[in-house]
Amino acid sequence: MSEWWTYRPEDFLLFSPRVYWRLFESHNAALWPLHVVTLAAGLAIVLLVAWRPGSLARWVTLILGILWIFVGWSFLWNRYATINWAAVYVAPAFFVEGALLLVASLLNALAFDRRRPADWIGYLIIGFALLGQPLLAPLQGRGWAASEVFGIAPDPTVMATLGILLLARGRLLPLLLPIPVLWCLLSGLTLHTMGEPQAWAPAATLALAAAAWIWATVRQRRSPSPA
Amino acid sequence: MRTTRRTFMRTSLATAAAALLPIPLLAQQGLPIRRPIPSTREEIPIVGLGTWITFNVGDDPALRDECARVMAAFFEAGGRMIDSSPMYGSSQPVVGYGLQKLGRPAALFAAEKVWTSSATAGPAQIEQSRRYWGVPKFDLVQVHNLLTWKPHLQTLFQMKAAGTVRYVGITTSEGRRHDLLEQIMRSEPIDFVQFSYNVVDREAEARLLPLAAERGIAVIVNRPFRQGALTDRLKNRPLPEWAAELGISSWAQLMLKFILSHPAVTVAIPATTRVDHVRENLAAAAGPMPDTAMRQRIAAHVKAL
Repeated sequence: MSEWWTYRPEDFLLFSPRVYWRLFESHNAALWPLHVVTLAAGLAIVLLVAWRPGSLARWVTLILGILWIFVGWSFLWNRYATINWAAVYVAPAFFVEGALLLVASLLNALAFDRRRPADWIGYLIIGFALLGQPLLAPLQGRGWAASEVFGIAPDPTVMATLGILLLARGRLLPLLLPIPVLWCLLSGLTLHTMGEPQAWAPAATLALAAAAWIWATVRQRRSPSPA
Repeated sequence: MRTTRRTFMRTSLATAAAALLPIPLLAQQGLPIRRPIPSTREEIPIVGLGTWITFNVGDDPALRDECARVMAAFFEAGGRMIDSSPMYGSSQPVVGYGLQKLGRPAALFAAEKVWTSSATAGPAQIEQSRRYWGVPKFDLVQVHNLLTWKPHLQTLFQMKAAGTVRYVGITTSEGRRHDLLEQIMRSEPIDFVQFSYNVVDREAEARLLPLAAERGIAVIVNRPFRQGALTDRLKNRPLPEWAAELGISSWAQLMLKFILSHPAVTVAIPATTRVDHVRENLAAAAGPMPDTAMRQRIAAHVKAL
């Protein structure tokens, strides 16, 4: 692309906010009442994480992996791509993240067995993704029909995943974090370019996740190492 | 077609006459003024219909019907040129849906673009676009944003020679790469050029518009309202009293008349999702046009706001 410095984010926005939000209305109408199942799955994940279940931890990543692949296929590939050709290139990232979560489940590679001082930030993010994000549509006058629901729409699914990964430890974490972080950046930028106030949601999620990670790292370094 | 002194004079005089006559016959009938495409003398209404963002509505049935209603109002008001691109998401199939719903209006002047970095993928992309529109052939195909312009122009010239496209053009927007565009306008036998021009973005007045008139190249103006930013900026301001001389009722019409009154402009292509706006845009293509003094007054007034 020539003279790339002359392009602004608006130049890549192919659709109007109205069309974007109507996508969620159509998507919700097509999938209802699956929302009840995905929300229940989200609440089950919170309970599993909070009870620090040991061997049952693999169910957390199994559920998340299935939902990432489902959202990537149903929303990004089949619906968002109708107004944004770039979604065809983003959907595979959701499939990759889903596959990584399924591998993590298979290997039981994540554990939720330690309490850390910044855990509340992880729970805060998950709580917002499950219960707060669906309220944004009605609060902004778009009605319940356009709500973004965990396991159905990308933003709450990704934000909840970030919250859950903040509570986890395991060797696959460095592989599982980049795609949710990149999606939050992309979604925040898209919403900001559309002039939508809720761009703060993915941006705040990222800021909170970064704060939690820094807090945990600092505390870890300050605490005395075992003899 | 190469431009001779005679064709240049004929084009300039015809264009100037169309622009400067206070109330042309067409305007008296409420129809949009027409201007000739210099390379063939075929006349075309001076307001077309853009589809950037506005027609990218995906599979949404209600919004597709809304776009079809905009197209219906456009044709009813005497419009002809609809412009789209493979870059515009679902705009092409949405245009095709509207055309099918309206019974494929004979008035259509189908303007498309080729937009791929692959030199060899151009013909397949144009064919795919044609299928989306459901037309036998495009009237005009343009190289979008000068992307891989050399091989695509050669493809388009071959298509024109074979009769599978009537006109060849090239586009840019928002003032990008005007130097290269100028070079292409000087060296290639293109029929159309498309760039941004409006009451505040007037760089094209210096070189591109005079060069288009000199070379006998039709000019399509995109982003006449800076994608709605200008109309949004002015919507709460009162129209100046002197604008009544032009028989207009909105800022959009005043800004369109500013563009259309430049004698080198052939067609402006505002995009909209609203039937009342498309009618308003076509209405601006009729009636009196601002003269040079009025053009300067409009530009100065908008700049001061």
